[in-house]
Amino acid sequence: MPRIGVFICHCGENIGATVDCAAVAQAAGRLPGVVHAVDYKYMCSDPGQSLIKEAIREKRLTGVVVGACSPRMHEPTFRRACAEAGLNPFLCEMANLREHCSWVHEKGEVTTQKAIDLVRMLVEKVKRNRPLTPIRVPITKRALVLGGGIAGIQAALDIANAGHKVVLVERDPSIGGHMAQLSETFPTLDCSQCILTPRMVEVAQHPNITLYTYSELESLDGFIGNFRATIRKKARSVDESLCTGCGACIQKCAQKKIPSEFNAGLGRRTAIYVPFPQAVPNKPVIDRARCTYYKSGRCKLCEKACPTKAIRFDQEDELVTIDVGAVVVATGYDVKPTSFFPEYGYGEYKDVITGLQFERLASASGPTLGEIRRPSDNEVPKKIVFIACAGSRDPAKGIHYCSKICCMYTAKHAMLYSHKVHDGQAYVFYMDIRAGGKMYEEFVRRAVEEDHVRYVRGRVSRIYQKDGKLIVKGVDTLLNSRPVEVEADLVVLATAMTAQPDAEELAQKLKVSYDGDKFLNEAHPKLRPVEMNTAGIFVAGACQAPKDIPETVAQASGAASKVAGMFSRDELSREPVVAVVNRQPPPVWSTCVGCFLCETACAYQAIEREEIRGRDGSLIRTIAKVNESVCQGCGTCVALCRSKSIDLQGYTNEQVYAELLAL
Amino acid sequence: MSAPVKHADGTAGLAEAVAAATGESVFNCYQCGKCTAGCPLAEEMDLAPNQVLRLLQLGQPGMDEEVLGSLSIWLCLTCEQCSTRCPQEVDIPKITDWLRQESQRRGVANKKAKAILAFHKSFLDTIRRGGRLHEVGLITTFKLRTWRLFQDVLVAPKLLARGKLSILPHRIEGHAGVKRIFERCEAEPANPAHKGDQA
Amino acid sequence: MRFGFFPGCSQEGSSREYQESLREVASRLGIELAEIPDWNCCGATAAHTLNHRLALALPARTLALAEQAGLDEVVVPCSACYNRLAGTRHELLHDEALRQQITDIIEMNWHGATRILNVLEWLNRVAGELPGHVSAPFGHRVACYYGCYLTRPKALAACRRIEDPIEMDELVRAVGAEPIRWAYKVECCGAGLSVSRTESVARLSERIVSDAVERGAEAIVVACPMCHTNLDLRRDAILAAAPPGGRSRLASIPVLYISQVIGLAMGVSPRPLGLHRHHVPVRLSAAPPSVAPVAPGEGEE
Repeated sequence: MPRIGVFICHCGENIGATVDCAAVAQAAGRLPGVVHAVDYKYMCSDPGQSLIKEAIREKRLTGVVVGACSPRMHEPTFRRACAEAGLNPFLCEMANLREHCSWVHEKGEVTTQKAIDLVRMLVEKVKRNRPLTPIRVPITKRALVLGGGIAGIQAALDIANAGHKVVLVERDPSIGGHMAQLSETFPTLDCSQCILTPRMVEVAQHPNITLYTYSELESLDGFIGNFRATIRKKARSVDESLCTGCGACIQKCAQKKIPSEFNAGLGRRTAIYVPFPQAVPNKPVIDRARCTYYKSGRCKLCEKACPTKAIRFDQEDELVTIDVGAVVVATGYDVKPTSFFPEYGYGEYKDVITGLQFERLASASGPTLGEIRRPSDNEVPKKIVFIACAGSRDPAKGIHYCSKICCMYTAKHAMLYSHKVHDGQAYVFYMDIRAGGKMYEEFVRRAVEEDHVRYVRGRVSRIYQKDGKLIVKGVDTLLNSRPVEVEADLVVLATAMTAQPDAEELAQKLKVSYDGDKFLNEAHPKLRPVEMNTAGIFVAGACQAPKDIPETVAQASGAASKVAGMFSRDELSREPVVAVVNRQPPPVWSTCVGCFLCETACAYQAIEREEIRGRDGSLIRTIAKVNESVCQGCGTCVALCRSKSIDLQGYTNEQVYAELLAL
Repeated sequence: MSAPVKHADGTAGLAEAVAAATGESVFNCYQCGKCTAGCPLAEEMDLAPNQVLRLLQLGQPGMDEEVLGSLSIWLCLTCEQCSTRCPQEVDIPKITDWLRQESQRRGVANKKAKAILAFHKSFLDTIRRGGRLHEVGLITTFKLRTWRLFQDVLVAPKLLARGKLSILPHRIEGHAGVKRIFERCEAEPANPAHKGDQA
Repeated sequence: MRFGFFPGCSQEGSSREYQESLREVASRLGIELAEIPDWNCCGATAAHTLNHRLALALPARTLALAEQAGLDEVVVPCSACYNRLAGTRHELLHDEALRQQITDIIEMNWHGATRILNVLEWLNRVAGELPGHVSAPFGHRVACYYGCYLTRPKALAACRRIEDPIEMDELVRAVGAEPIRWAYKVECCGAGLSVSRTESVARLSERIVSDAVERGAEAIVVACPMCHTNLDLRRDAILAAAPPGGRSRLASIPVLYISQVIGLAMGVSPRPLGLHRHHVPVRLSAAPPSVAPVAPGEGEE
């Protein structure tokens, strides 16, 4: 005889304000097989859990139903409580009275009735639950870090320093990411490269880190602790083992006018190139789309110039397969180009640039060696206008969100400009100033109070060019909404931070979720900020949402500590919600007829073939068998099996039908 | 559509009426001022476009009246520059059209807008009579309405000399039908209900 | 080819040269313009300012007449009329209940079959025919002025680049002119306030004409009678609004309709194109063409 206990949680007001919890408990108490039913304000709290534990012991319960929030939220909590009281945790089920009931309905009798129905369904199910044991799987203690910006660098170093192997994959020829492009960093104004490059070198020299630059993830299979990654090492056209990084090839290259990605299009590079002097590795790649030899079949000037004969025109992409136990995604962000703004000239005015381009102008390693000179005629601009929220918070342009870093870097830009051009005047058009952060507000005030940057509250409607000036038509909403026109020499748009153009493709490769703006989703916005909804995959940096360097580094270290924590154990346990092919005593052996429809249907290659042999070793039958460490418990095979020989542990047909029939 | 807006005394605000009639919510405006920055006539207005929306948003006593009595709503050229560039996609010209009609209905139109109103009324008078615009008729009616007898006296002879003015009005065959259109449109409330209301 | 045609009121009067030149160009291209029988005024700014229902009903009557006449596409040369007709069509097509109300008012059926073309859409449609007809390329630097209603509202999507349209630029380039890059292509001239607040209109129009002059345009090209009135007929007011100095070019730069530019390039003499009707005389030096005519779309920005 089943002895079921039912525990109804008010979830504070969340359920209690809409559903009559006491009535639900009373109704549950009258259900056949239920020997105990109570309601309580917070069942997940310590006293709440004690109610469950005491009841299990005193009433000798054989099953527990908790009517509360979602299993995603608290199933582990309640199952742990059951286990502590000596009940197999898989004999505990949750009825979701919050998301499935109180949050989506009005208060009323019908709503309470629905809650009772939900509980009754789970009671019928739990009567048919069987004790299960978690599955133990081994862990490959090697991490894969995708992206070699500051997020990936930090995560890789932290994991490596914890004593674990790391493979760091970067798609550009060098690691460093956007941070390597920045001039100074807010709010301290320390030089970005000065604090970053030592970390880059550390990555290259760390015995635990294998670095793949100019490489991309091709595919990822497997599951937590046991992933298999395939990396495409794009052909550098240079033998890295022979190259000494002397740069002779670069000197000789015939193509010299290719817009430099590192300089955000403001400088030029060659076809065989190292993106910037401090690159790691400091070894060139040939940009085949731009190289004279690949276009015309002639040239090879670099080959002639190379003293170590390291040029390899016939090198091919290489695929490398690596087993890893965890993945950290740190693939960074992109910014909107000036061509995104019809009202600011469709990107056709040379002296309307992005914030990232201004970073290169202000950087000592930039195309102007740190002097602020405008692109059109190399003159020093005497009047400069910064426009915040360019594309951000602009639903009409498809971007609802705040890019978060622009207020701060715009203040920094205006400040750097004032420090470099003493007779110049900086204007900032803004909507709000969002300077939450340690020393952030103080930093913005310094720009206004000490550097006399003129902040104008209002959005710019339009920019047009006239007589070598850019006419910026804005408004000052603090001055009775008076139109303000500034004749600027240079305009800097703090253009919106966006997800990488191929973020969606990557997310699908990794089977992780992403939001409407293509930023990757963390598992929980508050409590699981570095995990993703696919176990074993973690996230760090701006690929998850716009964020600045301090936040990125903190998140990267958080992700790394999660990985290190996981690697501190030798094996993982996972839920036994897997498919099982039935086995019976001889001569039946199993009802499986060996059609292997399940094998075709399985998306995870979890179906294996098992040969049943007689004592003499002769083959009697070949039947399907589920590899429980690979099976994800999706149930597709169960639905397809014609002889009904496969069932899903924890969600057997019998359990599910019992649930439905209870309605 | 936005939730109904009530004044402190419980009466419905103008913002709510705007939403009901046009489907536009003034609460979508976040006061960036881009509309005003691009408005060709902002400098001549007593209330900048974003200020009109702000008064409607706040809805304190007297603010709705300030909007309806403003000159701004009559100066708006309906050039649609504001709505084209508005990041929040607020259709200000549509709201303004409605405010003008409401201002007329309540008889609180700004005194300085007399000439503008007189012109529009004179314009519609000629259409009502003949179905098409008769420019001489329009100017004559306008002058009588505004007593601006000497305005454009220098322009008219030029037009005449170049064969651009016809003294006699043209009347279309269906002028009776046009007249009935006017009667129906003016008999019922000036603003057809927005589709959002019919649900 | 045959297109429906809605001249609009002002082209029967103060802007008759626009209609004259359009018809001249059309007939030379072998295109028939079939006027909508018994069309009425679109209601213009006055209607939508004073009575929203009237602002829909007046254009709706004309749309229904066009549909009755079996016209698939109607060319509307005035961009304000275009805005009213195309806008009404858009609004009624997207709101079933409203359409019912309005068709009841006009006592006519309407299904939205007839499409409305602005003059640039129409001319670009037939531009393929132009090169063969150009006998006197219009070799001048011109400022193409679009004003408000050829690009806005976004929902009508009449031009591809809303802040810097190029449809008219492509047309004038095809007949040998050199369109300049300038800042006032889509700024408002003051439109409907021409009579009631002439001084406001003069101030707005002065900026437009001045920018064209300062950037070396020899003529301003328009596709709207209201723009023409404000930039041409109101020139004395514009001059009064201008800062002192440099007024001679400001006074003399002519304003031509796009159809007049094309007509001249086709070798039509000024009179049938109505050039004599302008307030600012059209006196363009017979300079040799500075650029060779090319098909639309080929020319670079």
